[in-house]
Amino acid sequence: MNIISKPSKENIKSYLPIGITLVFLSLLDVFVNAFFNYNLLGFFPSQISYFSPLVFGFIGLYLIRIEFSGIRSLDILNKNINSNNFNAFLTLLTLFILIKSIPPLLNWFILDANFVGNTKEDCTGDGACWVFIKVWFNRFMYGLYPDAEQWRINTAFLILFSIVGVSFFVSAKLKKYFILFLIFIYPFLGIELISGGGFGLKYVETAAWGGLSLTFIISAFAILFCFPIGVFLALGRRSSLPAIRYISIGFIELWRGVPLITVLFMSAVMFPMFLPDGTFIDKLIRVLIAITLFEAAYMAEVVRGGLQALPKGQYEAAKSLGMGYWRMNVLIILPQALKLVIPGIANTLLALVKDTPLIFVVGLMELAGMIGLAKTNPKWLGMAMEGYVFAGLVFWVICYAMSRYSQNLEKKLSTER
Amino acid sequence: MIFKKFNIENKKTRDLIPQVATILALLSVIIYFATNAQINMGNRGISFGFGFLNQEASFDITFSMIEYDGSHSYGRAFLVGLLNTILVSVIGIFFATIAGVIVGVSRLSDNYLISKVAEWYVEIFRNIPLILQIFFWYFAALRALPLPENGINFNDISFLTIKGWYVPKFIWTNFNIFLLSIIAAFIAIYFINSYATKQREQFGKQLPTAIISLSTLILVPLITFLFFGVSLTFEYPVLKQLSPTVYTYEGGVSIIPELIALALALSMYTATFIAENVRAGILGVGKGQKEAAASIGLTKNQILKLVVMPQALRIIIPPTTNQYLNLTKNSSLAAAIAYPDIVLVFAGTALMQTGRAIEIISITMLTYLTLSISISIFMNWYNKKMAIKEK
Repeated sequence: MNIISKPSKENIKSYLPIGITLVFLSLLDVFVNAFFNYNLLGFFPSQISYFSPLVFGFIGLYLIRIEFSGIRSLDILNKNINSNNFNAFLTLLTLFILIKSIPPLLNWFILDANFVGNTKEDCTGDGACWVFIKVWFNRFMYGLYPDAEQWRINTAFLILFSIVGVSFFVSAKLKKYFILFLIFIYPFLGIELISGGGFGLKYVETAAWGGLSLTFIISAFAILFCFPIGVFLALGRRSSLPAIRYISIGFIELWRGVPLITVLFMSAVMFPMFLPDGTFIDKLIRVLIAITLFEAAYMAEVVRGGLQALPKGQYEAAKSLGMGYWRMNVLIILPQALKLVIPGIANTLLALVKDTPLIFVVGLMELAGMIGLAKTNPKWLGMAMEGYVFAGLVFWVICYAMSRYSQNLEKKLSTER
Repeated sequence: MIFKKFNIENKKTRDLIPQVATILALLSVIIYFATNAQINMGNRGISFGFGFLNQEASFDITFSMIEYDGSHSYGRAFLVGLLNTILVSVIGIFFATIAGVIVGVSRLSDNYLISKVAEWYVEIFRNIPLILQIFFWYFAALRALPLPENGINFNDISFLTIKGWYVPKFIWTNFNIFLLSIIAAFIAIYFINSYATKQREQFGKQLPTAIISLSTLILVPLITFLFFGVSLTFEYPVLKQLSPTVYTYEGGVSIIPELIALALALSMYTATFIAENVRAGILGVGKGQKEAAASIGLTKNQILKLVVMPQALRIIIPPTTNQYLNLTKNSSLAAAIAYPDIVLVFAGTALMQTGRAIEIISITMLTYLTLSISISIFMNWYNKKMAIKEK
């Protein structure tokens, strides 16, 4: 009778060892099966041995599900992954899938992959051909930018990152000057450095720009411009002057209603028609304008959310101090409203970075575009998987870092209201 | 007198100046662009107009839901593209919703492993650009599928190959009656539910509405099969040899790999956002609500149905509709892998052939704009209707 009674503290001595053994056995079976391709329970008929780990594991988890067992680790385990039959089943299934998927991934990424060599023929294993990434790495980072001039891109980014890095450690008063430098002087400096044409630097046309550095350049400029435009549009949408309000609404809804790809098409084929015959605006600049206006509309809606969330008392208090419209907004309203919507702003900037690969439609090639170019190279056919996995990893690291940073910022700036 | 009216100290005047200035600036930009466009089009010998929509398109589209070939007009090609956009959006929305709800609920699971797996799913797929995911599925994952002669066989009913997914074709007789019966079933369910609500509110009686609705939905269409001459047969795809090395499937319906890749990427990407909405919605219902419901004696199912879900849905639905809209707009990335959606067919091929940039881009943008604005008007109406009426 004792053997089928509910697991409890009384029969812990007999149930716990049996349960742990069964769970261990089931995991071991799956593990051995996945890693060494050997079926421990192969002596059972195939229908049984296929499900045996699940059955063993399930019974084992049932047996160790002892409430208030007095053993702390067991209680934590039961509470988190083994609280009832359904949860035990899900736990087992998840564990099995995870264990099963490790060996193929490990093989493809590392064990069977090739790291040495310079041509496609050096890739003999079944796994990934990382030689492809190694050989093309320079192109993936700098596009078709001339090799001899790449130090200019490096320098530009080095200056940017060092200023940003240093500005974290200096006092608030100095920080202000750093930010002003970044916003008003650095962009011209950076563009001059990268595009050349003056100061004895060789001119590099924008068609040669590309790779990950182009992603950064476009993101940086679009972020720089879309933010103020977005704030102005948000203020315009909440303005008491009907003409300005309706124009702002129309502008915002127009951009928000269409996909970015059509906006880029527009900048590529329709916009030149609107310019006087013979004028030519660089493709990169047209794309930058398109992306900036597009993202500014989204930014405006985020900022508007912050403006609406502010209590009316803030506006009234500012007005009662005799502040005009601009002073009220700049000194009282915007600092509070923007702080409220930091997550939204970060999401918009994140979306902007994720949207940059779309510039392929106008023929500019950043990271994803360069991979598309590389994989169609006759010498490197069949390397799409490696290329896109690499690009995915790069973008993932960037975007994940951004979202983490915004979460931290939000926590740091949050004030009790 | 007039001079006094235009006093700068007057508030009305002060408000008028920036407005007039903005309008004038906007007008001058528009006029400048329009005159340039007119000159440019005059130089190229084309005049503005939409007459080209009736001209013969003379290009083929790889995938079309309505009858189309090169002899049809540009207008027809536009329709084909629009239908393809709608098709991939509907498929994407369907799967994104299912996956999003599952992942969102999983993130709140008290099972540590499940919630961690769901969290990482969201973190991974949300932070990789959609276009890369589409490229990955199309150029890397689906290209690894076998050739038609050794396609992955699902019970001889459907085959998954590098050239697409071949599924059986449904051949209906009297499909209209079947469709009508489903609509009738839904109307019946609506009345049953409103009757049940009335019963509950007036007499406190509980009717098993879920079972009744489900059986109505199954039984009514079933009756049409038995008595109204509706029947359904399947046409299965069959492997056929074209030449010694080239095989293909005949019969059935072929789902092209572009559609699979696009629908897969769109739904997996959008599911992460929907999952976050679902999670926020369920978390947004206060604990006190559940406890209050339990303390007046509602069962667990009743709490979920009558107290938690109505409040959670109020939080979930508006941002989720926004995601549906985003998915529809993101489906325009189809152009990157040559799925013939409206952007590829119309803003791509048709534009190249006719050179009518202004007309075609305007039509394309207007189509998306109409879609977005009509959905946002609907959402505003819905939000107003659902808003909690505070007393």
